[in-house]
Order: sequence, then C-alpha cells, then structure tokens
Amino acid sequence: MDADELTIRIAGEAGQGMQTIGTALSAILKKGGYYLFTNKDYMSRIRGGNNFMQMRISCRPVDALRGRCDLMMALNRESINIHKGSLDKKGYIIADKGKFGIKEDTHNIIDVPLHKLALKTGGDEIYVNSVACGFIASLLHIDFSIIDATLTQIFAKKGKEVIENNRKAAASGYEYDDLHREKPSYKIRPSDLPEHLLIDGNQAIALGAIAAGCKFYTAYPMTPSTSILNTVAHHADRFNIVVEQAEDEIAAINMAVGASFAGVRAMTGTSGGGLALMGEGVSLAGMTETGVVIADSQRPGPATGLPTRTEQGDLNFAIHLGHGDFVKAVYSPGTIEEAFYLTIKAFTIAERYQIPVIILTDQHLADSVYNVKCFDLSKVLNKRFLISKKDAECTKNYMRYALTENGISPKAVPSWIKDVIYADSDEHTEEGHITESSRVRVSMMRKRYCKRLDLLRNEITAPAADNVEDADVVCLGFGSTRNVIKEACAVLKAEGNKIGAVHLPQVWPFPARQLQNLFNGKKRIITIENNAGAQLAGLLRRETGFAAESSILSYDGRPFSVDSLMDSIKERI
Amino acid sequence: MDAHRFRSSDPIAWCPGCGNFGLLKAVQKALEKLDISSNKILLVSGIGQAAKLPHYVIANCFNGLHGRALPVAAAAKMVNKELTVLVTTGDGDCYGEGGNHFVHNIRRNVDITVIVHNNQIYGLTKGQASPTSDPGVVTKVQTHGVILERFNPLELAVSLGAGFVARGFVSKNDHLTDLIVEGVKHNGFSLIDVLQPCVSFNRKNTYKWYSERVYDISEDDSYDPCDKIAAYVKLEEWEDKIPIGIIYKKDKASYHEKSGLDKRIAPVEEEIDAIDIKSVLQDYLV
Repeated sequence: MDADELTIRIAGEAGQGMQTIGTALSAILKKGGYYLFTNKDYMSRIRGGNNFMQMRISCRPVDALRGRCDLMMALNRESINIHKGSLDKKGYIIADKGKFGIKEDTHNIIDVPLHKLALKTGGDEIYVNSVACGFIASLLHIDFSIIDATLTQIFAKKGKEVIENNRKAAASGYEYDDLHREKPSYKIRPSDLPEHLLIDGNQAIALGAIAAGCKFYTAYPMTPSTSILNTVAHHADRFNIVVEQAEDEIAAINMAVGASFAGVRAMTGTSGGGLALMGEGVSLAGMTETGVVIADSQRPGPATGLPTRTEQGDLNFAIHLGHGDFVKAVYSPGTIEEAFYLTIKAFTIAERYQIPVIILTDQHLADSVYNVKCFDLSKVLNKRFLISKKDAECTKNYMRYALTENGISPKAVPSWIKDVIYADSDEHTEEGHITESSRVRVSMMRKRYCKRLDLLRNEITAPAADNVEDADVVCLGFGSTRNVIKEACAVLKAEGNKIGAVHLPQVWPFPARQLQNLFNGKKRIITIENNAGAQLAGLLRRETGFAAESSILSYDGRPFSVDSLMDSIKERI
Repeated sequence: MDAHRFRSSDPIAWCPGCGNFGLLKAVQKALEKLDISSNKILLVSGIGQAAKLPHYVIANCFNGLHGRALPVAAAAKMVNKELTVLVTTGDGDCYGEGGNHFVHNIRRNVDITVIVHNNQIYGLTKGQASPTSDPGVVTKVQTHGVILERFNPLELAVSLGAGFVARGFVSKNDHLTDLIVEGVKHNGFSLIDVLQPCVSFNRKNTYKWYSERVYDISEDDSYDPCDKIAAYVKLEEWEDKIPIGIIYKKDKASYHEKSGLDKRIAPVEEEIDAIDIKSVLQDYLV
C-alpha cells in the first residue's frame, strides 16, 4: 500500500509476553493518535513453540491484516528464521543479537540489547517487554508521556515500584540509539482521536450477551470460545449472571435450555467439536420452543483439527444442526460491532420466536482487535417476549403450546402463573402432554416449523453491500472475511476494476430474496471463504439458484491477508 | 389425605402392574404432605417409562432428552430458586446415558431431589440390560448373561459427597412417601433410588424377589446414617438382603449457599431493560 501505515510482527515462544507487549503497545499507539488492527497467531501449547502478534498501524481506520510485515520484533532467536519470509524486502528485524548469540553482520537486523537494558533498569528480564515497547514507540516518534501514562495505568495494581521499573525500562528502550547505523523512522500522521474501544470479537460477544440481559452462561472450555466464558465470568457478579462451567457440552446446552425454560435469557459457547455434541440439545430447544443462544467460535476441523487457528468450516453444520425439522437462526458477524449488536439481536430473536440461535464466529474475529467507536446503547432495548409477572397474575387456562394465529404461543415463567406448564421433547398436545396423534403432529409441525420459518424469513438481517450497483464482479463472503474482502475490493475498485463486495451477517434463514435483488441475476459472483468445501457457494446455489463463478478458498488455518486476497481476486477477474 | 390435587388428567401409559404406579402414588402423597403450591413445583424427567411420571402430576413439567434431566433441573433451580425441583428418572436415563451428569451434579449439590425408578432393566426399549442389572441376567442383547459389574449408584453417590442418599421400594409406599418428603426437605442434592419392578421385562427382580430381601434400616438402632464407612458397608448388601431407608445423610452447604445465590434476588426476577453496560465499556475504552 503506502507509507501511511506500518505492520509490526512481534514473535517469540508462548509465555514470553507477546500478549503484554501487544496490549501495552496497542494502548500506546491508540493514544498516540493511530488506528490499529491486531491479530494473534498462537499454537496449541502453553510454553515454547512459536506465537506472534501482528499489529497494523495506520492514519486511517484499518480492520484487516497485511501479508507482510515491515518490522519484526524477535523475542527469541528461532523467530528470526521462522518469520523472515514474511518480512518486507525493506523491512527490519529488531533482535537482541547479544542474547541470541548472533555474531554475523546482518543488514536488516537492528541490534537492541533488550535483556541488558531490562536488567539494568528493572533488575529482571521480565522488563524486556517494556524496553521493547519503548523502542518501538520511539521509531514512530510517539511522545514519551503517552508511554509513561499507559504503563502507569496498566501496572497500577502492581504498585509503585513495578510501575517505576517499567517506566525506566521503557525509557531505556525509547532512548536507545547506539545502533551503529541509522535508526529507522516511521512518520505516520497521527490524528486527534476520540476514545475508542479496543476489544476483540469474543469480548464483543460477551459484552453483547451481558447487555442483552443474559442471566445464565454455561460452557465447557474450548479454544477459541473460552474467552467469551472468561469475559462473562469477569462481569457476572455485577449483573447477577449465573456462570457455571459444564461437565461437558451436552450438559452445557441442556443447562442453557433448562435456565431458559425457567425464565431467563441463557447462552452457551463452544467450537465445532463441542457444537457437534450439542446437536440433540439444539433439537430439544426447537421441539420445546425454548429460546437459547449458542456461540460457535470456529476453528479448523475435522475432529480436533487445529485448535488455535481459524476456519469457516462449520457453515453447513451449524445451519443444519439438530435432527428433525425445526427453525433456527444463524448469525455470522464480520466486525467487532456486528459481534456486539448481533449477539443482542440473537437474544431478542431467540426469545421472541422461541428458537435456538447460533452465532457463528471464528478464531480470527475472536482474537482481532481494532479501534471501534463506543457502542450505541440507545439501540439496546431488551423488550421481553414472555408473560410479565404482572400479566401472569391474571393468566388462566394456560397451555404452553397453544395454537395461535402466528404459531407462537405466549411463554410463561414457571412459578409466576398460577397454572402449571408442561413442556416436552416428545411430540405434544397444546397442553404439553405426550401425543402420537397424526392430526396433532401435523398441526404442531405447521405451528413450530412452517409458520415460524415464514416469520423468520421476514426478520433477516440484510446483507451489507459495497459498490454492487456498478459492479461486474461481486465478491461474496460471510463472517470474519467481511473486513478483508471490503478492503481488497475497495483497492481493486480504486485501480479501475468494476468490483463490489457483499457480506452476509446472517446465513440462516438464508437471505435469498435480498441476494436475488442485489445480484439481479446479472453479476459474476466469487465466494471468498475459509474452508475447503466452498460451503457458501453451495449454500448460495441451493437457496437462490445462483451459481458462483468461482470460489477463493483458504484452509491453511490462517486468515486471509489483504495482499493475498487481492492477488487471488485479480487472477480471476 | 387428598393427593387428588396433584393427579393430572393425562391417561397413564404404563403396563398394568408396573412399579411406576406405586411411585406415582408416593410422589403425589409426598407433594400433598409437603403442602407446596403446584405452580411452585418443577418435575424434570428424561426419557423412559419413568420419565412420563411428571405428566401424571399437576406440577410444572419439563420432559427433556434421554439422560439429560439433571442439567435441566440444576439450571432451572439455579436461576429460579422459588421452584421446588424434583427429577424423576430411570436407571438407564440417570446412570447410563446421564452418567456424567449424575456424577457432576452430586458435586454441584444444587437443591434438587432425584428419584430414580430403578427396575434394573430398560423397559421402554424392550428389555436390554441397564447399568444396575444383576450380572448373569439374560436378554436379547446380553445373550450369555450380563458380564458387567452391577452399577452401585448409592455407594457412588456417597463417595462423591452426596448429602442425602436413600433407597425405597414401591411396595413399601408410605415409607417411600416419607423418603421423598425428607429428600425434598434436605437442602442440597438428594438421591432416592427406588426399587420398582418391571413386570414386562425383568423376570428376576420381581415384587417377590425384592419383598424377600428389603428391610428397613431404621429398625436397626445401631445404624448411624451419618457414618460414611458404615454406609459403604451397608451399600455392599444386595444379593441376600437390601436395606431401604436413609442410608447416608449429611448437611452441607448447597450450591446456592456456596455461590451466594441464596442471598441475591433470583436471576429470573431481574429486570433487563436498563442494563448498565456503559460503565463496563468504560474499562475497554482507550
């Protein structure tokens, strides 16, 4: 692209503190007036191996990653070899040559004695992270006062001495200039930015759940969904949310259904393998007409797959999950904002239509952070769709599955109404008792499935379209490819191509009508997806008849970069 | 005593002579004795003949998936503590399909009363062995007789720290009624394993077989139900004599007490239209 941005990759072993540097540097850079996009790449282990955090810094909003980095900070020797292939031709590696025992003169390694400086200022190697922050910030000419203030805030709870050591360590990195060469300088224009949220996709989902009034969250820890559980747990006391770790995923979905039956908004989160275990439970939610929200944070499968990496391989699985015919909705947020707002919508839809709702996200969105305006909470109303405590007092002759005009039976909370409530996983009568009558069966299927599907088809979150009107070629994606597709297409359009992009924030019920209007039968469609099975292309064909001309597929466990995606699109147009 | 108040109009789908009739009667009598309003009671079941019981009682009912009554019951109680929650389940439902939930819900100690219709066979699916089947019992699947060890649910429950462990027999109906009353009154996970003959598929463990063996443990003055080791010894008794009654009892803090849910308003009572998420977002603003 251009010199208005810079990509830094910080790499090292698990446990070396990439996370800490990343958090500190993100805050420092944001306060310094920059837009940034960070993503995490990590292995399925606690110590050792090689992980990295990549940070794209710009004077303009950025929300997708670049394929190459301009600057690489190697926290251990191995990182140099592992990542040098991703370094731009004119890029630099920051490394502690003395500590790593590198004697050769390498033109693109900037030797910074992080360990010596850490020991000198803080007396402990742990301060390497702050030295690194200080050095990197100095290359961008960020005022030291910002670094000072940020570190003070981050280490506030650890006491004066720790704050001071970090400050001194950062200062030593900031001032270090004994490079025997010209110190690289990156002059990216800062802006006067308002406060922004720096949260990742999973935090956004968790905060959405809390904002939506979720009062029961249960899960079995599974990467990359666990941070949703952690975030809800962190705030649970404050909002009187019961957070209970389940003994397995089958318990999780059944507990969520039980809590919802008992009257609260309930949710669980997992990844593909756990979702597989929840199949019958999701079917239970459908049959008993119990609203429940399930987050599936996808990772590459099948089976255990690549536990810490990203994929969009559960599309077909999620939309068809659960045996038998019943209605569900599946949302596929592609931005941090969508992760928040669609989670809130999920709870509204789940409660209003008494169905299971899946939020399909993935490791890429789960672990991505970029500047986001604070959420507009005036949009969060949390209207309830059940018989209120007040109305419960005069509710008589209650039947849980009463046949109504639109097929939705008013939901009562047990113990609020005087009558009792019968709910059943068997086919049941209006009263909720077991039946095998063919007549009742048909009326219940029409109520619970046929009518409800029609209702849900009128509640579809519209696809987001960019430059589709004048486009010849349209790139279609869902979920976390939103931002990278948008950017790639915008650049290609600026280069003169007649290209547009469409993103699906909801994949089920499928927005067939909306896409039929958008594509008009006249566009060349290319699907872009992180799976091997071109699942979106298949879904598009089945639901609309449109055949995608081709699909750009990536299934190496890594997200698309803007650069590689642009190359792939160019090959096809 | 009028247990009619709890008898629903749903026609009963059990075989004539089924042990479940006695269990149903005991449940209804117990609810009458406890004098709880029917809309405050929640009966949760899984799948099996046993699981149909809630339909025959006037109380809230969630008849869920096979093996999955316990998660539903525990979660419902967690968020809506006003409900008195009972689970009516079977030996296959609770100890087979639902085994993992059995183990971990004892550990949770949520205040629920679990009544297991233990007929030592799978009835609704027509006669396969269950975890509690006696070794040697021949079925269409276990054609040479069961070779697995008999599952001992009460001993397992004691070892997991359950605070109320009891065994009943449907023919000793008043005794069973009182066990249910005591189980509901116990604050925490209560397990009542009920010997309940399956007249259609279990040819060995019949009314006669049980009647010849059961004896009321409380008739033994020297037995102390607070003595864990004594409970283990008692629970090894099976082939020749079978103790019924409260085998082990220990008061311990319930899930609600340990989590503070007993002191807070129930989550179900919370209004959600004015959630102050703004102050939380402050933490993430830079």
